[in-house]
Amino acid sequence: MWNYKDFIGIKNLTKEDIKHILDLSFEMKQQMINDKAREIKQTRGNMTTLFFENSTRTKHSFYMAGQNIGLRVTDLAIGTSSVQKGESLMDTLQTIDSMGTDIIVMRHSESGSQEFAARNCKASIISAGDGTNEHPTQALLDAMTILDKKGSFEGLKVTIAGDILHSRVAKSNLYLLNKMGAKVTFTGPTTLVPKAITQMGAKVCYDLKESVKDADVVMGLRIQMERQNSGAFPDLREYNKTYGIDGAIFDYAKKDAILMHPAPVNWGVELDRSLFTAPYSVISEQVTNGVAVRMAVLYMIMEYRNNRK
Amino acid sequence: MRILIRNGRVIDPATNRDGKYDLLIEDNKIIEVSEKIDTDADKIINADNLWVMPGLIDMHVHLREPGFEHKETIETGSKSAARGGFTSICPMPNTNPPIDNEFMVEYIKVKAEREAIVNILPVGAITKGQLGEEMSNIGNMAAAGIVALSEDGKSVMNANLYKKAMIYSKNYNLPILAHCEEKSLAGKGVINAGSKALELGLSGISNDVEDIITIRDIILAESTGARLHLCHLSTEGAVRFLKEAKQRGVLVTAEVCPHHFALTVDDITGYDTNYKMNPPLRNRNDVDAILEALKSDIIDVIATDHAPHHEYEKNTTMDEAPFGIVGLETAVALTITELVDKGIITPMQMATKMSFNPAKILGINKGTLSEGSIADVVIIDPNFVGTVEPEKFASKSKNTPFKGRSIKGRVNYTFVSGIVVYDVANE
Ligand SMILES: [Zn+2]
Repeated sequence: MWNYKDFIGIKNLTKEDIKHILDLSFEMKQQMINDKAREIKQTRGNMTTLFFENSTRTKHSFYMAGQNIGLRVTDLAIGTSSVQKGESLMDTLQTIDSMGTDIIVMRHSESGSQEFAARNCKASIISAGDGTNEHPTQALLDAMTILDKKGSFEGLKVTIAGDILHSRVAKSNLYLLNKMGAKVTFTGPTTLVPKAITQMGAKVCYDLKESVKDADVVMGLRIQMERQNSGAFPDLREYNKTYGIDGAIFDYAKKDAILMHPAPVNWGVELDRSLFTAPYSVISEQVTNGVAVRMAVLYMIMEYRNNRK
Repeated sequence: MRILIRNGRVIDPATNRDGKYDLLIEDNKIIEVSEKIDTDADKIINADNLWVMPGLIDMHVHLREPGFEHKETIETGSKSAARGGFTSICPMPNTNPPIDNEFMVEYIKVKAEREAIVNILPVGAITKGQLGEEMSNIGNMAAAGIVALSEDGKSVMNANLYKKAMIYSKNYNLPILAHCEEKSLAGKGVINAGSKALELGLSGISNDVEDIITIRDIILAESTGARLHLCHLSTEGAVRFLKEAKQRGVLVTAEVCPHHFALTVDDITGYDTNYKMNPPLRNRNDVDAILEALKSDIIDVIATDHAPHHEYEKNTTMDEAPFGIVGLETAVALTITELVDKGIITPMQMATKMSFNPAKILGINKGTLSEGSIADVVIIDPNFVGTVEPEKFASKSKNTPFKGRSIKGRVNYTFVSGIVVYDVANE
């Protein structure tokens, strides 16, 4: 049973919480893909998306998810709002909150902004990512994809390559996979994969082949252009040569290993273009599962709110 | 007006007194300290089981006036000081406009004269506008009465300009209060670099940010002969450099803030912005090095870096919140609780680091209870047990991570020039 007003991170969830959400997600997906739209669980309420960072895909995924379960969905367009004129996060949140929305789906560039919003709003806050802290629905959709393909998390080796230091996806995945019994290995340039992350229960290895060896899941992360400009590595060409994943690297993984990526992919940087049609790529399924997971989370939060009324 | 303080434990580094004495104040001066004073007085204070120390001197505060009066003013800051046992405080020049010429110094002095209940000893900026481009009016400010120079809030990154200012300041015998921070390394860091920062997804401030400028400043102090005072020292490395420099006879002193000996980065709870200060809370090994250096007198001074911010400014994300916490009203209790009670320093060392040494470094005739000196006195109850209650602060701001913390020790009386500016009975 879900017992929190907000959904802002994986870190404080229990294994049971995660199982509960994943079960509901699979249920949602069944109804969704079997074209039984009329059978999808329905709820009532308002949802506002508030994206301080651009992400057409994630926002649209939440949008679809909300509409699928019967929410009235609106977006506060940050680009054209007074936020551009120096309105504070607190002001923006209070304004939306005062209008009486049930749910605010927020993405913000600062770590802890979700916790801040949750503390200051009557509405339920659902994180679509905050800074380099967490991106919880991404971890859930990744988990759903892994569970779908592997049947269980127990003992799985999951290798994640890229900018771990600045990745909220990597961290939410680490929290979730650790709780569920999988083992995570991080790889990437030493400037972007801090050794200290071993204290959070990950393995760190700076050799890509070694990292991928016997992996059940190989995940590439998007390399942000800013990182190169900040001097974390010389250029994208060198990054690709050292840490880019291609078919040859994939041979080191287990025979039935799957390839994942949170999308959008920089083809030719973190993933070789030849993998675009690779049979072991589950990237498009991740996108589908993203909608299902978000439907589950939104539904669960609305149930919580309705039960409390 | 005569005030007789009876039977207190007088702790006075200047005269090396530590024992039961009576102390007699007449008008603005201490006129007698002896084992038994039999005389009439307008007011007799029984100081049984209390400590009587020279009024505390805080070399490092931010009074926010002019420019940020919603956070603090000279008036409210001075009341906060009095409540904390401080009789003299040194406001840093990072106001708006900054204190970088004699007119601004005059302004502070006039405001202080009119509104402050403790002594306000202004610090002047090293560069004009604190922009790090041109030397400020150091000579004119010295004539107007500044007691030190500082670019606090940042370092003068241009080493050539900084070195010239150090040489120039020697003519006025002003100490340089150095905030040591290598800007490009600090980046957008908000808490100590390491696993906590990683976990919270926050940019980190590593020890080398402070260490690099600390060693640079020591090198420049040595080559110029200027008097260098390291502000709010927070790292094990800085302690090591300081110790080594002192051994070689470099004119360097240092201060530490209570939060840097009372807390570590592991005490940070979630995204509580009251734990955001600069330098940040460090690791256990850093705190241990600081404690050892306090004990062995490598660290000369305890200063607060009192940095008031309004609640609305702190009620935001870690990235957006300003650095700093208030400190004037918690310094005595934290020092007693964390240092004296734990046997790390003696009450005499406490008086030395919070009054005698600051006076010596600033070159002012204070920090003493000797007969004939101005009666700046504090009476402390070292046995009081309580909790930190920000709602009672006299400061305009309540931004402290110590709220609710159990503490020992409090200030009972503060006298400035023989006048009671704080009396706990009026709480
Ligand atoms: Zn400073």
